[in-house]
Amino acid sequence: MAPARDRRTGFSRRRQYSTFFGYVLAVAGAVVGAALLVASVFNPPAFSAARMGVATLTAPVASVIDTLADAAASVPAAIGSWFRVHGENTALRAEVKRSRALLTAARTIAYDNRRLRALLAVRDRTPEAVATARLVGSTASSGRRFALLNAGRFQGVRPGMPVRGPNGLVGRVLETGPIAARVLLVTDPESLVPVRRTRDGMPAIAAGRGDGRVDIRSVNATNVRFATGDMFVTSGTGGLYAPGVPVAQVESAGADSVVAIPYAAPDSLDFALVERPFMPMPPSPPARPAAP
Amino acid sequence: MSRNSIDYRPFEPPLPPGRARALPWASVLGASALTAVLPVVASLPLMPPLGLILLLTWRLLARFALRPWAAAPLGLFDDLVSGQPLGSAVLLWSLCFIAIEMIEQRLVFRDFWQDWLIASGAIAFCLAIGRWIALPLGAHVDTVLVAQIVIAVMLFPLSARLVAWIDRKRGAAA
Repeated sequence: MAPARDRRTGFSRRRQYSTFFGYVLAVAGAVVGAALLVASVFNPPAFSAARMGVATLTAPVASVIDTLADAAASVPAAIGSWFRVHGENTALRAEVKRSRALLTAARTIAYDNRRLRALLAVRDRTPEAVATARLVGSTASSGRRFALLNAGRFQGVRPGMPVRGPNGLVGRVLETGPIAARVLLVTDPESLVPVRRTRDGMPAIAAGRGDGRVDIRSVNATNVRFATGDMFVTSGTGGLYAPGVPVAQVESAGADSVVAIPYAAPDSLDFALVERPFMPMPPSPPARPAAP
Repeated sequence: MSRNSIDYRPFEPPLPPGRARALPWASVLGASALTAVLPVVASLPLMPPLGLILLLTWRLLARFALRPWAAAPLGLFDDLVSGQPLGSAVLLWSLCFIAIEMIEQRLVFRDFWQDWLIASGAIAFCLAIGRWIALPLGAHVDTVLVAQIVIAVMLFPLSARLVAWIDRKRGAAA
C-alpha cells in the first residue's frame, strides 16, 4: 500500500489545526476511556441506565431474530420426533409402569408433609412469579456471562430478582430497562449461589467458572467428599433464591471443591421465569423452655 | 470500478458525501450490535469481537474513512452492548489506533500480510487485556480466550473483503 502523506498539511491553517486536534482528541479518547473504566470497575452499576437504554433498542430486534431462529429449528426437530415416536412410546410405557409404585409412595409422603407442616404451622412463602419471558441474547464475545431478558420494568422485573428455567436456576436480574433486563447467569465468574446437597443437606457454594460450569465449594467443613452425580439445590440462605431450586450436578468426584454442570443449560433455554426475591426468614420465635 | 472493466459506469452518481462518510461508522456500529442481537445464550465466550475487527480493517485498509478519534465513540457503543465494563473498549480501541498511527510512521509501505499481522496483534491485545479487566484471574476462560483470538484473527481477511467492497461502493467522493 502506498504511504498516505496526510501529515503534510500544506499552508492551510485550518487543515493544520484540524489534523492536530484530531490527534489531540485521539489521545483524549484514551484518557477518557481510562477514567470511565476506573469508574465502572469501582462502581459496576454506574452506567446501567445507558446500557439498558441501548438494550431497549436491541432486545426487540433480538427477540424477532430469536423467534425466526426457533421457527427454523423446529422443522428438523418435528421431522426427527416423527421418526422416533414409536420407540419413545414403548420406552415411556415401560417407564410409567416402573414409576407407578414410586408415585404412590411420593403422594403419601407429600400428603404427610402437608399435614405435618400444618401441624407445625410453618410459615412458608411460596415464591411468586413476576414475569415469564424469553432470554433473547447474551454477551457472547465477552468473558462475563450475561443474558438479555425480553422483559423489563414495565413487566415488573426489578434488579435482584431470581430467574429460573424449567430445569433449574438460571441466575438473577442485574439491571433493568423499560422492556429489557440483564441477567447474571450462575456460570458467570462473579456469581455465587448458596446451595445444599439434596442427599444430606450439606451446605455449599456454587461459584461460576466462566466456561459453562460451576464450582461447588464446601463452606463450613473441610475434607468434604463429593460423589459423582451429587445434586445441589438452592438453600435459601441469604433470602434471595427460594430454597429447593435445582442448581447443578457434580461431574466428577472430589474433595472440597469440584466441578458441576448446571441443570439449566443456557443455550437450550426456552422461557425463563422471574420470581420475587425470597424474603428473609421471619425472626426466630423466642427460645422455648428447655425440655424437662 | 476500474476503467477497463465491463462494470465501468462513468456517469453513475457517487454517494452523497455525508452518507459516504457515515458508512464506515455505521458498519462498525452494526457489527458491534450484531453480537448483541444474535439469538444465542452462549455458555462460552467464543464469539469474535466483530466491531473491533471491522474497525481495525477500516483503519488499516482505508485510513481516511474514520477520523483518528473515532475509536473512542465507537468503543463506547461496543461497551454498552458487549458486557465488558464500560470504558474498556474506549481505552483499548483508542490505544490500538494510536499504536497503528505510530507503526504507520515507521512502516510506510505495507502489504496485506503486514496489515493482518498488525490486526492480529491488536485483536490479541484487546481480548487479553479485556479479559484481565473484566474477569477475576481465577476464571477458567483462558483456553476459550485463545480459541476466540484465533477465530477473530482468521476473520480478518473476510472483513478486509467486506470493507473493500463497501469502500468501493462509497465511491471516490468520500
